[in-house]
Amino acid sequence: MKLLLKTTVSLGVLCLTAGAAFAECGIEGTGSVRILSNDFEALRLVNTTAAECAGGSVTVTSNATAEHKNIQVPALTINPAEYSVAVVANNSIVPLLNDDLIRPLDDLIAQYGQDLQPNQLIKIDGKTMAIAFMGNAQHLFYRKDILDQAGIAEPKTYEDILAAAEKIKADGLMQYPLAASDKPGWDLAAEFVNTYLGTGGEFFATGSAELDIDNANGLKTLETMKALTAYMDPDYLTFDANGIQAEYKAGNVAMMVQWGSLAGDMLNGEGAADGVVENTVLAAAPTVGGGSVPAVALWWDGFTIAKNISDEDAAASFQAMVHGISPDMVAANPTVATWLVAGYEPGPAAVGVIATANAGARAYPMQPYMGLLHTALSVELAEFMAGSESAEQALADVKAAYDTAAKEGGYL
Amino acid sequence: MPHKTFFAFILPSLIAMVLFIALPIVSVVVQSMHVEHGRILVSVENCQPFGGCTTETRVDTAAMAQLRAEQPMGQFNGFGTYLNRGHLAVNEIGAILANNTGLGDIVSRIYNLPFYKALSFTLVFCFVVTPLAMGLGFIIALGVNTIPKMLKGPVIFFSLLPMIITPLIGSLILYWMIQPNGIIGANLRVLFDDPTLSLRQSPVLTWLSLLFYGVWTNAPFSFVVFYAGLQTVPADTLESAMIDGASRWERIRYVVIPHLAPLATFVALVQLMDNFRVFEPIVGFSAEANATSLSWLIFNDLSGDALLFGSAGATSVITIIGVIILLTPVLIRTWREFNHKVV
Repeated sequence: MKLLLKTTVSLGVLCLTAGAAFAECGIEGTGSVRILSNDFEALRLVNTTAAECAGGSVTVTSNATAEHKNIQVPALTINPAEYSVAVVANNSIVPLLNDDLIRPLDDLIAQYGQDLQPNQLIKIDGKTMAIAFMGNAQHLFYRKDILDQAGIAEPKTYEDILAAAEKIKADGLMQYPLAASDKPGWDLAAEFVNTYLGTGGEFFATGSAELDIDNANGLKTLETMKALTAYMDPDYLTFDANGIQAEYKAGNVAMMVQWGSLAGDMLNGEGAADGVVENTVLAAAPTVGGGSVPAVALWWDGFTIAKNISDEDAAASFQAMVHGISPDMVAANPTVATWLVAGYEPGPAAVGVIATANAGARAYPMQPYMGLLHTALSVELAEFMAGSESAEQALADVKAAYDTAAKEGGYL
Repeated sequence: MPHKTFFAFILPSLIAMVLFIALPIVSVVVQSMHVEHGRILVSVENCQPFGGCTTETRVDTAAMAQLRAEQPMGQFNGFGTYLNRGHLAVNEIGAILANNTGLGDIVSRIYNLPFYKALSFTLVFCFVVTPLAMGLGFIIALGVNTIPKMLKGPVIFFSLLPMIITPLIGSLILYWMIQPNGIIGANLRVLFDDPTLSLRQSPVLTWLSLLFYGVWTNAPFSFVVFYAGLQTVPADTLESAMIDGASRWERIRYVVIPHLAPLATFVALVQLMDNFRVFEPIVGFSAEANATSLSWLIFNDLSGDALLFGSAGATSVITIIGVIILLTPVLIRTWREFNHKVV
């Protein structure tokens, strides 16, 4: 009898809360929610879920665009800001912090953030500046059938990968068993950052903007990146993440370090050759040079609330976004991303990201001058990768280009 | 025309030119002479979903806001940005000239500097594509002029296609065609019997592909202007030349080409200017590793995580100066012809 009563009450409460969630997700007051985000499936899903809060005196609009990084600073600088919510990652939050364009969220969390987990709060100088809702990292994708045929176990290090590639090539199983997103620009620089993180080195001298990659770690990083290209399609300098995804799907590649956010697309298998999907294994990213941490950067995606908007808009925006990343949405879409939300049960596509995070991978650095280094790397490494320049020269060029930019940016 | 009427007539154009041409150029020049304020950095604790808390450096935004309020343009840097490694690289070139192992070493080390690398490709593109595209356009115009009237419409339409397509799309189409599994790339592999041949891989082949694209996309403009010009060639002069026994080649050489010379000057002027701003094919061909241009440098400064407005401004001013230098000989020639006619 007592049990029945409890069940009835809790069922009743459940119905009530569910009802409230459907009715404009319970936003009190009025407000305008304007979301700016990058453009990929998981973020579009968050945006459409947040849009369920529209109704009555609350409006929700969203703009998902790959150009978000170029838009966000000017759009949030004006008052009132063009967007009330900016969805960011480790790197894209930095320009917003540098120009003081987003507001601390602690009071909003106290009022509306009961569902959030402690590890979702991105705290800077003691204040929560962003709410993370998904994690991402590059990690190893490999073809179990090819490795089995060559008699090789799962590679754990880049040295294993090189040995495996040599064996696969020597056995005539594949001509170009490896692929990496080495396209000059953002992708190539990210490869360098990944590998360098695996060596355990720091990018900058402690507490200053002085670059510190011109050392044994930097040389080891370049040496590894170059050694891998010996087993890649000769066009490796034109492949970005989507390019290697296509090559892998076509069955031309046995091993690659690829984004966890593309694992769902891989397992879904649209356009893949026979035997590719069922033999694909997702594993932690490899280590390098005897290091103990995976040679990749960990990323988070999260939302921030603009500073130059009314408190009403901020409150409405926060509530809409909390609804957008709610446990219900995650429960309905477990395979879209590696969610950092209460109650998330990792699916098969998240295995690699979680293994990489558990192995202790380091986060992509958030120093204000990291963007300048990323740009310098993206331009200056191409000649080395193409084989027309020495590693020492490439590192010297990166340092020179970074110093020039950092002086102009006011950091040196 | 009285001076007053003439002035009233061109006044709207003058205002538009000041607003849309002169003022932006002044603004870019001013921008190029400034750099950001020295950033005031503080160390703070930073906590993330993975990896716990670390001490990281941040910009002290309150102190920076005050600095910006006092001097919104940033720090005055004069010609510092023009002379730094990203642009004219005066110190670096001095060092290379003072300490080197020969001419080859000097050239390769100067080419390693981003500005000179971009300038080399920009100039090569200008001086290879412009004459070749004009020549090709002229040949097509001569050809189209002689085909039966019924076929002219469709032929002109198809000849103009490369110009109608947006440059970025046009370069992407050609880029897909030269991929190893594209129609041109695959056929070249068979033709040269080399399964590893890749147009995208070597710097030389990338340059050749870009130049080929340049000629392909520029030729239609020359064609359409020359074709229009061909309609104005005086028929009686041509007829008298034929009666005098001139061959087709001689008629072209001694009647048509001199008649079209002023038009050729005009086409060269426009195309040099256009080609100096080459940008889309570099992006479309993903050729950044092997070829960059001045416009691409500006694009690179204005995209990504860190925006360098001063640097982009300096490259823009240098580009404007480059266009002026390129056009000077043509402009002088036009001016002389004009004076000649008046006298």
